[in-house]
Amino acid sequence: MITLEKRPAPSNAWAIATPILAVLLTMLFGGAMFAALAGLDPDLTMAFDTGEIGRLQLIQGQTAHLFGSATETIRVIFWDPLFHERFAGFSRPQLLVKAGPLILIAIGLSLGFRAGIWNIGAEGQYIMGALFGAAFGLAFYPSENVLIFPGMVLAGLLGGFLWAMIPALLKTRFNTNEILVSLLLVYVAEAILASAATSWLRNPDGQGFPGSRNLSRHPGTDNPELFAGTGMHWGVLAAFIAVIAATVLFQKHTLGYQIKLAGQATRAARFAGVSPARMVILCLGISGALAGAAGLFEVSGPQSQITIDFNVGYGFTAIIVAFLGRLNPIGILLAGLLMGLTYIGGELAQIILQVPAPAIQAFQGMLLFFLLALDVLSNYRIRVGKAVPA
Amino acid sequence: MTAPLLDIRGLTKAYPGVVANDDVSFAISPGQVHALLGENGAGKSTLVKMIYGLVKPDTGTMALNGALYTPAEPRAARAQGVAMVFQHFSLFEALSVAENIALGMENPPAPRALSAQIREVSQAYGLPLDPDSLVGDLSAGERQRVEIIRCLLQDPRLLIMDEPTSVLTPQEVEILFDTLRKLSDEGTAILYISHKLEEIRTLCDAATILRGGKVVGACDPKTTSAAEMAEMMVGKSLAVPAREAGEPGPTLLSVTNLTLPAATAFGTSLRDIAFDLRAGEILGIGGVAGNGQDELLSVLSGERATAPGTIALDSADVSRAPPETRRAAGLLAAPEERLGHAAAPEMSLTENALLTGKTRKSLAKSGFVSWGQTRAFAEGIIARFDVRTPGPGTPARALSGGNQQKFVIGREILQDPRVLVVNQPTWGVDASAAAAIRQALLDLAQGGAGVIVISQDLDELLEISDRFCALNQGRLSAPRPARGLSMEEIGLMLGGAQATAAAAQTSDKTRVAAQTSDETRVAAR
Repeated sequence: MITLEKRPAPSNAWAIATPILAVLLTMLFGGAMFAALAGLDPDLTMAFDTGEIGRLQLIQGQTAHLFGSATETIRVIFWDPLFHERFAGFSRPQLLVKAGPLILIAIGLSLGFRAGIWNIGAEGQYIMGALFGAAFGLAFYPSENVLIFPGMVLAGLLGGFLWAMIPALLKTRFNTNEILVSLLLVYVAEAILASAATSWLRNPDGQGFPGSRNLSRHPGTDNPELFAGTGMHWGVLAAFIAVIAATVLFQKHTLGYQIKLAGQATRAARFAGVSPARMVILCLGISGALAGAAGLFEVSGPQSQITIDFNVGYGFTAIIVAFLGRLNPIGILLAGLLMGLTYIGGELAQIILQVPAPAIQAFQGMLLFFLLALDVLSNYRIRVGKAVPA
Repeated sequence: MTAPLLDIRGLTKAYPGVVANDDVSFAISPGQVHALLGENGAGKSTLVKMIYGLVKPDTGTMALNGALYTPAEPRAARAQGVAMVFQHFSLFEALSVAENIALGMENPPAPRALSAQIREVSQAYGLPLDPDSLVGDLSAGERQRVEIIRCLLQDPRLLIMDEPTSVLTPQEVEILFDTLRKLSDEGTAILYISHKLEEIRTLCDAATILRGGKVVGACDPKTTSAAEMAEMMVGKSLAVPAREAGEPGPTLLSVTNLTLPAATAFGTSLRDIAFDLRAGEILGIGGVAGNGQDELLSVLSGERATAPGTIALDSADVSRAPPETRRAAGLLAAPEERLGHAAAPEMSLTENALLTGKTRKSLAKSGFVSWGQTRAFAEGIIARFDVRTPGPGTPARALSGGNQQKFVIGREILQDPRVLVVNQPTWGVDASAAAAIRQALLDLAQGGAGVIVISQDLDELLEISDRFCALNQGRLSAPRPARGLSMEEIGLMLGGAQATAAAAQTSDKTRVAAQTSDETRVAAR
């Protein structure tokens, strides 16, 4: 019999090892999935049918073929984006472009997740931040004043913050479930985005096409690449600052301590004087504001304009990033980079190997699945054999 | 002497780093009430777990009625006539007594037949209990009766009871002892685990004393004094807490007209509570847990706000002040539940020292924690209160219950409170540590602080309190000087007598009613 035995103290070694193990297992099972998608080699099957090769050769050949397509897909996802001689020049800067918003949003989410406050609607706050910021910038169009971009950032923070205040206030006033409210508000935000792109933010000079003016091609509203060829823009810088700030918050500041306390022992937190309502407003507010800022940096930089479907699910993927990084700021930094890699690697795999897009999402899902499944190992040890109750 | 019912020979059980039981041997004869004595960590729990089939011994044998007895699991133990009443009840509050009992049975009879059986057993052994009442509405004593009746329905030959009286009023203890004596007369052996030596002297026929996992002695409790038994348990003579009598000072804390509805369906409302606490005084609040103790602590600590004007500290109204404001003013508290309320289980002792020490110990400056100072504070608590732990970096949950308690109480005492409220300060703490905690509370009062001790342990309250009052169903009796109070008077203050008598009456009535309805049913057929 296999039993789980609670460790007297959480194992630090396993806390570090489980994300690595999860990545390896994802490669293994993801590889198997890609191999299954690629299917058997029809030439070999044909050769067997016509009697050119024997059964043994067929099995050997097909095994090598499946193994080859699995390793090739894994290589295209994890290696080629950075080192492929033809594609790396384009895809390497994309790493920071993709990882930046993921990290920025995930850092905000990790505060709430540590406190046991579940903001699942970062995607909606991301959209609202982008809309507020873009609307602020376009309101001054065609001014090129240098203060416009900082103003847009503030407006982006505010947009995300206000959108997150809806679940926060509903929770503190009426004890609604913030998971449901924040999630459902994503779809409301998407509807508002669609109306913005097709009516009140639509580019007047756009011949009636949906979508706003191009923000990144207009000085004053653009979020430029700070160092050519790196993909580094203001949002990436903001993400790095957020990582440092969160590290200091959790290690040195009483607020970080209160967040951890509220998440680990609600009653003890109340006893210590932590107000649960204040915690809800603070955690949802910060995560909303950071998601909003991420949206603004994205719409004024890489995406360059408000379109109907400019959001690509960063707000949801950031949840995976937050957990993959074990809600630890440095962990989130690494996890964001890894997740960014699977994004661009996934795109490359679609282009080079014609792997379907849902397969890439399934691959990312596997990563979260293994991570959460293995998480148990840091608090429990597995004992094979007869149970020995303490 | 008759042949032993249970004969234990050389039982040894080792866990990594500790030998819980080392070559333990003793025998229990049929009908004997056998006490198992020892401090926390002496190995009593491991021993009874082996007898009840929860833990398998490394070496050694047990014989039941002369036949080899090796229970693989509690079910096997029960099948051979060994039953156990645990200290912590495993009951569902939202289910009725009969439903709870049925859940614990292998093949429960039809609900109606079971209710009849429960009434029969409860009548035969003088344990008033209505099978249809909700467990959530029962007192701790009544809940224990549910557990006992659950055992008695299996017709046990050996009944193990782990600290059964810790939650009972003196009157309820009397009822329990009558039941146990009746069982013993019928030939059921009872293995009785307790710290309370006087109880053991009244009830038990034999005692085995454990210390550090070994049997260090056996005695006849009827002829051995409590002090002698205590010395055998601890291995040294115990210092009785002492202090010089002092004149109480000015009023520090004043509670008037405090009423608070229950927070949850099974919580207790506080009703019209009023008392004054003076400097240098210890006010003991007795009563069975679940009568508003938790609620009273949480309104004093500031976790729950009350109507303005109900709580005044140094004549300043703090009724709506949050916990940190009250701490700054010198009103500190140590809740009963150590893990999850007084301390965060997963956090280190250093982090837990910050939990309440932040303000008074100035452990944070403009929001930034000084971990060096916090660690020093935690180390101070560990040293001063003899907390057994590898160091301040250990998570709170890795400590034993007694050490957690020492840490939590020490954390508040070392903050030099003006008023300290403690709930169950020595619950689950071994005798010498309990004496140290009581002494620290006395010293605190001696130094001019006011102390409120909420406890179920009446001996403890009488030992250290200046005044005593009882909390029953959310009402607080008027405080009376503790010196000279008799157990009967205390029992009456606790409301135990009325409650128990009333319960007995209702149970009788329901029984009669049930019988009549049964008869009518038979007649109708």
